[in-house]
Amino acid sequence: MTAKVPETPASAAEISALAARAKSVRRACLQSIATLGIGHVGGSMSVVEILVALYFRHLRLDPADSKAADRDWFVLSKGHAGPALYATLAEKGYLPKELLSTLNKGGTSLPSHADRKLTPGVDMSTGSLGQGFSAATGIALGLRLDGPRSDGSTKRCWVIIGDGESDEGQVWEAASFAAHYGLDNLIAFTDANKFQIDGSTEAVMNLRDLCAKWEAFGWKALRVDGHDFAALDRAILAAKTEKGRPVMIILDTIKAKGVPALEGRAESHNAPFTAVEMAAVDAASGEALHG
Amino acid sequence: MADRELRAVYAQKLVALAARDPRVCVLEADLAKATGTGPFAAAYPERFFNVGVAEANLVGVASGLSATGRKPFAATFGCFASRRAFDQFFLSANYAGLEVVLVGTDPGVTAAYNGGTHMPLEDLALMRTVPGLAIVEPADPTSLEAAITLALERKGCTYLRLQRKSAPELYQANEHFEFGKAKLLRRGKDVTLVALGALMVAEARKAAETLAAEGIEATLVDAFTLAPLDGKLLLELAGETRRMVSCENHRVTGGLGSALAELLAEAGVPARLARIGVAADLFGEVGTQDWLAEHFGLTAPHIAAAARDLVK
Repeated sequence: MTAKVPETPASAAEISALAARAKSVRRACLQSIATLGIGHVGGSMSVVEILVALYFRHLRLDPADSKAADRDWFVLSKGHAGPALYATLAEKGYLPKELLSTLNKGGTSLPSHADRKLTPGVDMSTGSLGQGFSAATGIALGLRLDGPRSDGSTKRCWVIIGDGESDEGQVWEAASFAAHYGLDNLIAFTDANKFQIDGSTEAVMNLRDLCAKWEAFGWKALRVDGHDFAALDRAILAAKTEKGRPVMIILDTIKAKGVPALEGRAESHNAPFTAVEMAAVDAASGEALHG
Repeated sequence: MADRELRAVYAQKLVALAARDPRVCVLEADLAKATGTGPFAAAYPERFFNVGVAEANLVGVASGLSATGRKPFAATFGCFASRRAFDQFFLSANYAGLEVVLVGTDPGVTAAYNGGTHMPLEDLALMRTVPGLAIVEPADPTSLEAAITLALERKGCTYLRLQRKSAPELYQANEHFEFGKAKLLRRGKDVTLVALGALMVAEARKAAETLAAEGIEATLVDAFTLAPLDGKLLLELAGETRRMVSCENHRVTGGLGSALAELLAEAGVPARLARIGVAADLFGEVGTQDWLAEHFGLTAPHIAAAARDLVK
């Protein structure tokens, strides 16, 4: 059985606790990438706060039973942020923290892109962009067919896509579908970190006004600071009250947030990151190098 | 027995299965009228979903439904099911270990008036590269019903190649089918004709009769599934007759003929193989099904000629 989640805004103490979790997840994620020496630093760092907000406050989960029938589902459609998801799952107790050091090594259960067959707590295999979002709409539909939990609450599917990912046509096919079928148990996030592999999203493929686009597709759309836990909390609580249509929350984020040398740079997408860079991050955040 | 329209069989069978299996869902991408799934939509509207003209999302939604424990049957023209939604089917459905039944209708020359753009002559070739995928092309209404039930019960994905038009009954209602088990329809010592699907099994049957009148005794096999292929039976028959003709409503590249070539070569069976199918260097064209079948050399006379050449 999953635990109930709060329906009221987080207190200052709860926000501080989430921030502390984010610090721990961010470091564990970077440490796992540093063990290998290269990885998707940028897009992992930009989603740390939303992952922590979801896994430590808003998702109905049972870490002891990753397939609990009454759980909320989560799809990381931008599958390349797998390292951030793994660090979050480890922090939540789905995985032993030691496992994080196996990231992307042969035979690991923690591959670069999220994989439902390999990792406990991963609900959908993703990586070919646009596909996870589309599958998430199918999951939301399936959960609606299941009906509410015994306590009357709604089983939800939560999904994160990237802004670069939003170039994919399949995202918009699924957007139409979710609105047409009124999937109000689907809450989506766009990690708008403003960069994709070849440069800024503005330069590579200008997405223009994402909020206006999602509204035009029949969704409720919000825009918040994706690193501000209080703002995230308010947006998520508002999203849960929406009836008859899905909700897209655009997260204004900083690519490679927390890694000063890479912050806000396209090069951070899949970047070399070693113990040297890890030490620099620790120094900047006032931590001693360890682990 | 009267012919039955295969698309009507598809819809009726799903309605019947849905009555006892709440997992059954049907998805369409604005081709429900063509696939003929209206009766399912009427009987189970809460389990029928039209995604519009969006084949990538068709497969994505089906994959998501499967993740939550449903058994989605998602249909579109075979050209779109394979060429357009291949990555979605490969990754979201198959790689992810889910259980999606993707139905590709109007295979090969049965696309007829829709022409070359809509003529799937490579869907089998593409699908054969997907690990663990079952590929089935039924030859008659009874085997189609069996294929639907087997796909529903299967742990894993299935590609169902569905000819929509009518086909005569080949099998008794109580015939037993399994994926990976071909059907031996006729026994002869001179050559083995291996056919896939309603159109080609019918043509190969006519060819076998023509050959018999000339004193050439042909074995006739309905392959039923291209994957898994019934390698055991096919190698046994190749060993007996030493001559084999593959008959497919598909380009000769990558489909049944290729599968048999791989099978025979790897087993070291000294059998000659002729491949009946659309030539490797040709795209589809527009026309009647009959004209196209003749134009591309898929008809009984072409099969008989190929067999005769091998026997000479």
